[in-house]
Amino acid sequence: MKKKLVMIGNGMAGVSFVEQLLKLNPSGYEISIIGAEPHPNYNRIMLSSVLAGDASMNDIILNDWHWYRDNGIRLLAGQEAVAVDTAQRSVTTSAGERLQYDDLVFATGSLPFMLPLPGADKAGVIAFRDIKDCETMIETAKRYRKAVVIGGGLLGLEAARGLINLNMEVSVVHIHGYLMEKQLDETASRMLQAELERQGMKFLLAKQSDAILGEERVTGIAFKDGTREDADLIVMAVGIRPNVLLAKSSGVEVNRGIVVNDFMQTNVANIHAVGECAEHRGMVYGLVAPLYEQGAVLAKRLAGAESGGYHGSVLSTKLKVSGVNVFSAGRFAEQPGTKSLRVQDDLDGVYKKVVFENGKVVGAVLFGDTSDSSKLFSAIRSGKDYTGSEREVLFGPAGSGGGGKGGASTADLVTAMSGDEIVCGCNGVTKDDLAHAITEKGCASVADLKACTKASGGCGGCKPLVEAILTATLGADQVAQAKEGICGCTTLSRDEVVDAIRKMRLTTTKEVMHVLDWHHPEGCSKCRPALNYYLGMAFPEEHEDEQESRFVNERNHANIQKDGTYSVVPRIYGGVTTPEDLMKIATVAEKYRVPLVKFTGGQRIDLLGVKKEDLPGMWKDLDMPSGYAYGKSLRTVKTCVGNTFCRFGTQDAIKMGVDLEKKFERLNTPHKVKLAVSGCPRNCAEATIKDLGVVAIDGGWEIYVAGNGGTRVRAADLLTKVKTEEEVLGWTGAYLQYYRETANYLERTSEWSLRVGLDAIKRALEKQEDRDALNARIDKTLELTKDPWKEIIESDSLRSAFETLTSPAGS
Amino acid sequence: MGKVIVGHISEFPERSGRVFRMGSLELALFKLSDGTVKAIENRCPHKHGKLSEGIVCDHHVYCPLHDWKIDLHDGIVQAPDQGCVNAYRVEVDGDGEVILFLEDGLEAKVS
Repeated sequence: MKKKLVMIGNGMAGVSFVEQLLKLNPSGYEISIIGAEPHPNYNRIMLSSVLAGDASMNDIILNDWHWYRDNGIRLLAGQEAVAVDTAQRSVTTSAGERLQYDDLVFATGSLPFMLPLPGADKAGVIAFRDIKDCETMIETAKRYRKAVVIGGGLLGLEAARGLINLNMEVSVVHIHGYLMEKQLDETASRMLQAELERQGMKFLLAKQSDAILGEERVTGIAFKDGTREDADLIVMAVGIRPNVLLAKSSGVEVNRGIVVNDFMQTNVANIHAVGECAEHRGMVYGLVAPLYEQGAVLAKRLAGAESGGYHGSVLSTKLKVSGVNVFSAGRFAEQPGTKSLRVQDDLDGVYKKVVFENGKVVGAVLFGDTSDSSKLFSAIRSGKDYTGSEREVLFGPAGSGGGGKGGASTADLVTAMSGDEIVCGCNGVTKDDLAHAITEKGCASVADLKACTKASGGCGGCKPLVEAILTATLGADQVAQAKEGICGCTTLSRDEVVDAIRKMRLTTTKEVMHVLDWHHPEGCSKCRPALNYYLGMAFPEEHEDEQESRFVNERNHANIQKDGTYSVVPRIYGGVTTPEDLMKIATVAEKYRVPLVKFTGGQRIDLLGVKKEDLPGMWKDLDMPSGYAYGKSLRTVKTCVGNTFCRFGTQDAIKMGVDLEKKFERLNTPHKVKLAVSGCPRNCAEATIKDLGVVAIDGGWEIYVAGNGGTRVRAADLLTKVKTEEEVLGWTGAYLQYYRETANYLERTSEWSLRVGLDAIKRALEKQEDRDALNARIDKTLELTKDPWKEIIESDSLRSAFETLTSPAGS
Repeated sequence: MGKVIVGHISEFPERSGRVFRMGSLELALFKLSDGTVKAIENRCPHKHGKLSEGIVCDHHVYCPLHDWKIDLHDGIVQAPDQGCVNAYRVEVDGDGEVILFLEDGLEAKVS
């Protein structure tokens, strides 16, 4: 007979506990979860990413409906628990259901604290706590301009940043004289403020709110000092308080939170609490790592497994605001008896402070460069005595040249970590999980560990620590020996594979895998596309392109979107179009009811939300070449007006762009390639953050390479200056071919140029005869390309792959 | 209901997916390099990616959205990810007709 477990609350801490319980004892309990929100479990921490536009609502779901079903969990979503009868052991929900329990878990989390200001009940005054708040902000931003965020703490700043991304004007009101005063000292806080002001945030510091103004809807806020600020939206992010109402009325002991012991038990038999609603040794935690640790302890408890109990957590903080690196942990405020070590570099905007007490690290603040964060956090938790060698914590051991990273030996830190300490906060992987994967499952590299445990598979911040644990467990020699190949199917590197292809004249992926002894008979999703590219690069004439080894976008010649629809981008050379083409595109968009039409980052028109089966029809009606917005290929050549119209233009940037695009379109490359041409040094086409950028100067052209405007922004390097258009085409062809021949598959030019070195690239292209040879090879490849849209329209068999099979009538 | 002829084997390119739709049921069918045809639900348990668009290696398909690896024999998601999709029996008869067996799957679908 299974015992009945009822959990009140469907948040991160509670569901993480249930996951751990299912791992330890999959069949011990019949589980019901009561969740007030109408959603499955989602990652509340990521709400700020949703607001910032980096993630969608769907992306932050942690356990979808299937998970509950597959694990036999009954989820009462959209219902609230309204009463607990501890004598009868039952819970009643808002829908009037009564659930019996053998064990009850309160995981009710916390509620946003709303300032009791006059007018706080007006429309447009919200908290930032759940999906609904997030949706309200996104909706409001469509119609209103001005937002005020009350609260300059973590949550407030993340909300403010999100609102800026939604194009709202944002003022942050803070009662304290500087931001994030609980997590930062004043120096770090001022640096943070300067950075956020640069990003467009306004601050009203040391301000006390007095009243919220407006009729039905908010129009502004008044402060105690008599000043006012206009507002169409007010977000209160002044703090949270544990949600303890139900526990209290059920007779469970409550202080600030629900009081629990080291095993997460309350004073009432069979009732437990985890997460933000719980108070342990006087502490209430609002960060995810401690909550997971609590969940792990409770899971062990209920599964009947041994555990040493929960002993509290050291807190650390990171701010999830793009372009800002902030970290703090432990007790970082100086007090009598503490000494601190500080580094402040205003030029680079870097600040580091480590606080010692009796030789032990008790706290740290980092701003600008947080690469030392995991090391410092471990040092705090280990309690190691650094008396006499405090400086090593920041500067590394004496004699190492100083200024380097290093610091306290990572091996020591790893040894000091307890086994159940969470290493990867994104996926809840503990040190023991990693050790187990290394010793029992034979993982010998970070990649293995990621594949096996998911550690470092989220934000990647824990990668250095994962590496350290690997080295500590296996010994440095073993790790070094675990050679990583291009994927899990081989230990061979890219160069070894390409050499073998060239020397043995291999022309199919099957041959490569066979001859080079691949572990898996048909490879994997990593190596198949890579091999297909390398073969085509080495032997453009002999190698027959393998559709089945191409990623979906390149097979369907359109971009797959998250809902399975596609986007279509016709080729528009140099960004120049005609009224006829625009009308054609508009007619097609209407005919196929395209839900969204937008301009891409590269000046092209994107038709989004197209069904796969409609693709060939649209291509036919468009009767334009494919724009390759989906491929590892030349994407677009962005241009400015140049001397055609612009009074500053020195050369014909449009013609240059069109010529480049016409010459290199359809070229397969290791990763996507973007070009741009600017008609004068004002550089309106932003050519210096492109894979190759051309900037016209009086009497010639500058060619820039290896720039990137993507995740890691990089300004391009000047490759050369030339006089004529022919030279621009010649250098571009040689450069692109050299990249095609020497880069790893999926390596952007910016990473490639850092790896091989700009000087090496310049040397390879220096001589006219070398450039001619490279151009001869690229011309051969270009000669063989065909427009895939046209090809599919003209071939019945290719087109049929886009059609859906249906059951024949009468079957 | 039970057997459905979904098409001729010549309509199935090797190691590429075809979509089969009937009512609300949407399946992904693949011809493997050994000539057999496999059918699974066309919906990755993770973020519901269209498995029909994935890269097929041996008897596995990789979801095109986030690279989950799924065994086409039984629909089971491979470690480190977890979960499964419904798998359906498919046979190719002497004339090359591809026959899909739906009973088991449909019952599973209803539950």
